[in-house]
Amino acid sequence: MNRRTLLASAAIGLGLSMTGAAFAQDKLKVGFIYVGPIGDGGWTFQHNEGRLALEAEYGDRIETVYQESVPEGADAERVLTQMALGGADIIFTTSFGYMDATNAVAAKFPNVKFEHATGFKREHPNVATYNARFYEGRAVMGTIGGRMTKSNKIGYIGSFPIPEVIQGINASYIHAKKVNPDVTMSVVWAYTWFDPAKEADAAKALIEQGVDVILAHTDSTAPLAEAAKTPGVIGFGQASDMISYAPSPRVSSIIDNWAPYYIERVGMLLDGTWESTDAWEGIGGGEVKIGEITDAVPAEVKAEAEALAASIADGSYHPFTGPLNKQDGSAWLAEGETADDATLAGMNFYVEGITGDIPK
Amino acid sequence: MVMLEKRPNPSRFWTAATPVLAVVLTMIAGGVMFAILGKNPLEAIRTIFWDPLFGEFAWYFRGQLLVKAGPLILIAVGLSLGFRAGIWNIGAEGQYIMGAIFGAAVGLAFYPMEAWFIFPLMVIAGAFGGWLWAMIPAVLRTRFRTNEILVSLLLVYVAQSILSSMALGALRNPEGGGFPGSRNLSQYPSAANGELIAGSGMHWGVVAAFIAVIAAYVLLQRHILGFHIRLAGQAPRAARFAGVSPNRLVLLCMGISGALAGLAGLFEVSGPAGQISIDFASGYGFTAIIVAFLGRLNPVGILLAGLLMALTYIGGENASTNLGLPSASIQAFQGMLLFFLLAVDLLSNYRLRLSNRETA
Repeated sequence: MNRRTLLASAAIGLGLSMTGAAFAQDKLKVGFIYVGPIGDGGWTFQHNEGRLALEAEYGDRIETVYQESVPEGADAERVLTQMALGGADIIFTTSFGYMDATNAVAAKFPNVKFEHATGFKREHPNVATYNARFYEGRAVMGTIGGRMTKSNKIGYIGSFPIPEVIQGINASYIHAKKVNPDVTMSVVWAYTWFDPAKEADAAKALIEQGVDVILAHTDSTAPLAEAAKTPGVIGFGQASDMISYAPSPRVSSIIDNWAPYYIERVGMLLDGTWESTDAWEGIGGGEVKIGEITDAVPAEVKAEAEALAASIADGSYHPFTGPLNKQDGSAWLAEGETADDATLAGMNFYVEGITGDIPK
Repeated sequence: MVMLEKRPNPSRFWTAATPVLAVVLTMIAGGVMFAILGKNPLEAIRTIFWDPLFGEFAWYFRGQLLVKAGPLILIAVGLSLGFRAGIWNIGAEGQYIMGAIFGAAVGLAFYPMEAWFIFPLMVIAGAFGGWLWAMIPAVLRTRFRTNEILVSLLLVYVAQSILSSMALGALRNPEGGGFPGSRNLSQYPSAANGELIAGSGMHWGVVAAFIAVIAAYVLLQRHILGFHIRLAGQAPRAARFAGVSPNRLVLLCMGISGALAGLAGLFEVSGPAGQISIDFASGYGFTAIIVAFLGRLNPVGILLAGLLMALTYIGGENASTNLGLPSASIQAFQGMLLFFLLAVDLLSNYRLRLSNRETA
């Protein structure tokens, strides 16, 4: 830290201590920064459901504020500072791109707690990170997709080529391939978390290539809306249940369930037991849920998918279990070996059999 | 009935008064919208226009206003020169991105060396990157009579692809655990464009914006090139008789606007944004077109328009967080401001006349 930033921090610290008095109140103020609008029906919608669950749980003891559609660049730092100045005691930053901004603002507000979703940087004792093992849900979707596809072509709409998304692509492919050796997977990169028009275009492009199962790692319902236009194409709810697209094209879903984590962490702050941690729970911990598998899926496929989810939940099966090779044919996991969290958290390679390259 | 009558010359009074009138009309229409949303309209308007300037945390927001307005003003001043001469550079966003990439690449090439000359070299590289990107449509126009509007606009999408590729490949942080995005330049002292006076928001980009305003003012008022630019826009035939070379003007205007946009990108990537990331481009290059016209292509007007635009962003965010207004309503509010500015612009060129006569 050079002298200039030190002075800046001192100035902001001074401002903070002045506002501390002005905002002395009993209610704990909980802030949320969202990457999309709360009406996206997916990612941000689920985080907002978590916020509402917090309000229901703690009632008058807390107050929540939020800001929608915050760009993941220079603006995030300002919005975070503004929220901290406004008296927030804990702020959840709910997108990967807020990582540096979260840590920068946390340095200036040591008394405010910051929780960053899906990132890995905890540069200060008041920063925690949390994520969910979405790839566990992807394994289940991949199984259903592999059984259901008639064209043997599965399409995947990726947002950004970051490890979290690559885990999902690999997990889907491995499990589709396991039940259907003829399956191939095409990946389209949208380079956005939330842009319904781009997401729909990506889905359309995949369907035109003959894909009849669509998986998406973007935030809106647009891929399902696009899939609904072509009979025989199925898709899955992503982040949220998206049940309004059932029975066609939605056959099941991966639901992000943030409420238990938010309730736990805010509870810790109320009790004074909060500390910086790195949470990464999956189906077992309740943070990833599998939405209802509809009757469009044959009963035996449904039973197979549910059994897989149950075995992941109780820990008897890991979605990345060897033997598995990397895309270039080199060995990754030996027979029976499972992937460690560090490798998964930095995953930057496809497994053997997926065609195409990860953008570089 | 009310008739419109063209004024022989634009009214000086209304040219100055219409922006104020537009702001007042926006406050009224916006207030009605906020009231329909169930919020106190006076409180909302105060939060947007008053609090960032004079409220409790104005010491922070005034600086942020400069941070947000700096790149807008810098780009808009450059664009206004071309626009006055009838040269339409719509691709400032691409030049902004290329300036950031060139500048950041120079900085990252020296990492981790500390030396005084690194930042000045980055500034030169940033301006060069923007200039180079603007020269493509400029040369194509002078050589092959292509349309610079289309070429410069389409090059924005090329620049965005290069940006993604840089964030994922050549400029990716080798210590970033496989995640996209470069090293954070604001944490590398020799390459950082930090605040010049702590807490003021003043960084080199803001200083450059002020210099650009003054330089453009002097150029247009006192320099022969400024005269040629104005002449070419108002009377192209007369300009040709006066010996103004249209090709030279295209190269100059595109070059200046490209270099300024490139500078804005460099100052942003080394300061507020900090790193080359996939979503680094935040639309400044497009918003600057609006700022240029709001400021009536006049350097001083652009300065004020840039600050006003920044105020609606920052005040809008505050209103969104503090009052729980949806972000879409803030965008609608900004849209109203632009709408009214353009609508009442009519008054400077036309006069309203009450008449009983029937028109033929």
